[in-house]
Amino acid sequence: MDYKKIGLVAGIEIHQQLDTAERLFCHCPTTLREIAEHNGEFSRYLRATVSEMGEIDRAAKEEMKSNRKFLYYAYDTTCLVENDEEPPTPMNDEALSVCLTIAKMFGMTPIPQVHTMRKLVIDGSNTSGFQRTALVALNGKLPNGGEIETICLEEEACQRVKDEVFSLDRLGIPLVEITTSPCMHTPEEVQKMAEFIGMVLRSTGKVKRGIGTIRQDVNISIAAGARVEIKGVQELDLIAEVVRREVQRQINLIAIRDELKGRGAHIGATTGTDVTVQFKETKSAVLKKAKKIHAIVLPGFAGFVGREVQPERRLGSEFSDYAKKCGVGGIFHTDELPAYGVTAEEVAMIRSHLKAGEKDCVIIASGASEKQAACAIAQVVTRAQIALSDKPVPEETRKLLESGSTAYMRPLPGAARMYPETDVFPVTIDEARWNAVTVPELLTVRAERYAKEYGIELPYALQLAGSDKLPLFEQAVREGIKAKLAAFTILSTATELRRDGVDIAKVPDQAYLDCWHAVEDGRAAREAIPEIFRSIAAGSTFGESLQKLAPAVSREELEAIVRKIITERSDFVAQKGKGALGPLMGVVMAEVRGSVDGKLVSEVLRKEIDRATGNR
Amino acid sequence: MAVIKLGSGYNIGVPPQACTFMERPAQALAKVHEVSQDKNLPTLSIVSTGGTIASRNDYRTGSVTSQFNAGDILVAIPELAAIANYRAIPLATILSENMTPAIWQQLARAVHAEIRNGAKGIIVTHGTDTMAYSAAALSFMLDTPVPIVFVGSQRSADRPSSDTAMNAICAAAAATSDLGEVTVVMHATTNDDTCAIHRGTRVRKMHTSRRDAFQSIGAEPVGSVDYISRKVTLTNDAVKRGTHTLALHDQLDPHCALIQFFPGMFPDILKAYEGYHGLVIAGTGLGHTSTALIPGLKRLVENGTLIVMTSQCMDGRVCDRVYDTGRDLMAAGVIEGGDMLPEVALVKLMWVLGNEKDKAKAAALMQENLKGECTRRSSHGL
Repeated sequence: MDYKKIGLVAGIEIHQQLDTAERLFCHCPTTLREIAEHNGEFSRYLRATVSEMGEIDRAAKEEMKSNRKFLYYAYDTTCLVENDEEPPTPMNDEALSVCLTIAKMFGMTPIPQVHTMRKLVIDGSNTSGFQRTALVALNGKLPNGGEIETICLEEEACQRVKDEVFSLDRLGIPLVEITTSPCMHTPEEVQKMAEFIGMVLRSTGKVKRGIGTIRQDVNISIAAGARVEIKGVQELDLIAEVVRREVQRQINLIAIRDELKGRGAHIGATTGTDVTVQFKETKSAVLKKAKKIHAIVLPGFAGFVGREVQPERRLGSEFSDYAKKCGVGGIFHTDELPAYGVTAEEVAMIRSHLKAGEKDCVIIASGASEKQAACAIAQVVTRAQIALSDKPVPEETRKLLESGSTAYMRPLPGAARMYPETDVFPVTIDEARWNAVTVPELLTVRAERYAKEYGIELPYALQLAGSDKLPLFEQAVREGIKAKLAAFTILSTATELRRDGVDIAKVPDQAYLDCWHAVEDGRAAREAIPEIFRSIAAGSTFGESLQKLAPAVSREELEAIVRKIITERSDFVAQKGKGALGPLMGVVMAEVRGSVDGKLVSEVLRKEIDRATGNR
Repeated sequence: MAVIKLGSGYNIGVPPQACTFMERPAQALAKVHEVSQDKNLPTLSIVSTGGTIASRNDYRTGSVTSQFNAGDILVAIPELAAIANYRAIPLATILSENMTPAIWQQLARAVHAEIRNGAKGIIVTHGTDTMAYSAAALSFMLDTPVPIVFVGSQRSADRPSSDTAMNAICAAAAATSDLGEVTVVMHATTNDDTCAIHRGTRVRKMHTSRRDAFQSIGAEPVGSVDYISRKVTLTNDAVKRGTHTLALHDQLDPHCALIQFFPGMFPDILKAYEGYHGLVIAGTGLGHTSTALIPGLKRLVENGTLIVMTSQCMDGRVCDRVYDTGRDLMAAGVIEGGDMLPEVALVKLMWVLGNEKDKAKAAALMQENLKGECTRRSSHGL
């Protein structure tokens, strides 16, 4: 596809959790917990409030369509601030420092006085009903010539356990939000910039690692389409595909609009008809369960509602997403019927009842109440009107589905979503503070340095620089461990063991260090490391594992063992001379069972062979 | 710093010298809200005194202040319209720490007038800091046939999670119920499910910030309101609607004080209270001060100050007959305050001295249960 021709413009927002000791606005640790560990729960409702400008934000209004009761899980590592029962503490200065470091790395300009805002979020993911966020710096540079528009320091939202149940362990963890300008023009470029920003963030050594600790939102539009924000892309590799699919969706929505117009499709009635009685005898489980069923005819829409706009997503899916905001599970449309227990006779009956023609599509919405069914139909009409309009791609926030396709979440939020967090004092970033911010070495630069200083190959060094064991590597080198040994264990040994099903995460960093020191001191052979790690992962301590797998052998003992083996094989040694070294290595190694490094064995063996052959 | 609102909604602070004056924005007019009322529902009066329930951000100072009236509350909480009709009486817009006995008097008179004008119940919106004091004050100043419900909120109304709406809805339900006394209605727990109805003379703010800060001390709440069903449940102990005939006794003597005794307190402190008509002491344990204070207290009593002993334990009853210090205090003329909460004893003392000039009779009144402030029996609490 010629992305330039269709006018693809994309930008990204990267959310990265910071690895600080405490949360952004309380003194709780930033540890994530197991759900089963929660030791308290409470329930709340949220309602949209009017902004300082006197408006209710449209995104918040949408969430208000259903009055939901939220349940929260609390832990011994969460406090009254997370419960929204205590005012926030002043902004975590450690988090602000990390944020400033990142800002400086991108060549940004800090805000003279940082003001914390409340960003309205009433989907339950924040107990307060808002997310605290502060704009910290502006105008950074990207290698593609694009800009980083802003960097904000925000608090993380709750982790959703299920439906309306949320876990407080993640709430309030500091997060930086980095927003680029719409400066990217191909799907691959978007992915590349996301990778670059991620690398810069990791270069600080102060960001959390692992799945879920970094999330990308992607803003995409094409010339004839509209800006759509796709939330929560956790895997970098998926970004380009997400962009490709959104472009496809926008192109298809535009094509559908043109064809609908060509066919004379229009919106007839804007409210549905009560057809609960008509489905009295239905076998469809969904309809049977419903208290009220409403239906509406969309004249000229037949065949289009079932048309695919993205893999596994149809125009009907978009209608359904809108309807779900009323609390219904979804809708049925005649493009997909008969199915789901709705029979062909029922389809014919409802078509005739509503006087729907062949080219018309009938939408059926069932709900737990009159209000709910009517709301769902009204939402479908709203979305169908958009499909027919001059702007057939609505500006909206969408969520990522597993496959890389997306579903509607809510309208794009406006500025009415923000109002000041009056419980937090503004923080002044004066020149002295900004000048004192030191910029860490970029991981890519560091990798080049490793390659040069330690003779590690560049691809390997890049892997190492990107590894979450990087701090361990650096400590090892500081403690005099050979860089190659540490790099090999981290990148190769550990990876192989993981692939072999060993729970390598159970091997603490200290065990790595102990193991390396044992090798360097000649107390263990590097060949013994995999077995020692297996043993530790299975629950033994390092000491036990070393004892069992690599009992200490002194040089004297080694020499005695070597002499014994040479004596036993004196004929072979006499015959082969120096050539006996290779074959005998294996015999000696088996004897010392990994307690001695191969190099030392080879050295002693060579000496003893020389002596044996020389003596003769 | 000058605060600038960006198009994204973020505020940033920049040095004023970096700003250029362009133009003044057009004066925005406050919206006037028309509220439709169902004439078949009972009429309640909402007397607004200010506080968190009626507060919103003040963008001049960046802090939370009280600016709206009771009518605005109806717009903010539309569910209230299904419970009653409302008359909005904006009495004051103060933060409750600025409350005074003079405003208690105005409040009592306004509430009295509303009941006389047919209100079936009264809701008083109030800042939570001193709400318990005001509830106690109205308990003494008014004999009421209808519920007088104080309500506030612990988490400001400008947040989606605010307890304002639920507390106000539960307060309206309580104000239309079979209750006939002065109460405080606030969250019973941290959950948005139930509000507790506390007697005005037994309630205390026991937490600085939690939703369930208000607790009945030394007594059970007199009822509860289920948020979802709006169902009001009253205990047998609750004073029922129509039990009392409307009467206003609005005299107060504000020349009273409450002091908390602490170890090592200088007896000199008492000199500051010379000339006071009444003094409540929150003593230690069963109701003690150090022996060193007794001569000073004796002098105050001799010069006409009525001194009432209560306990900083909050829970339990004062008894100055057990230890020597207690007996000496009584001999000095200090009277026991039973199981009255120290703040309630203070408010009662102002009311008693405002209405009874005879010191002996006043002392007797202080020890008599008037509005549930002292109990004759201590519940075993098991």
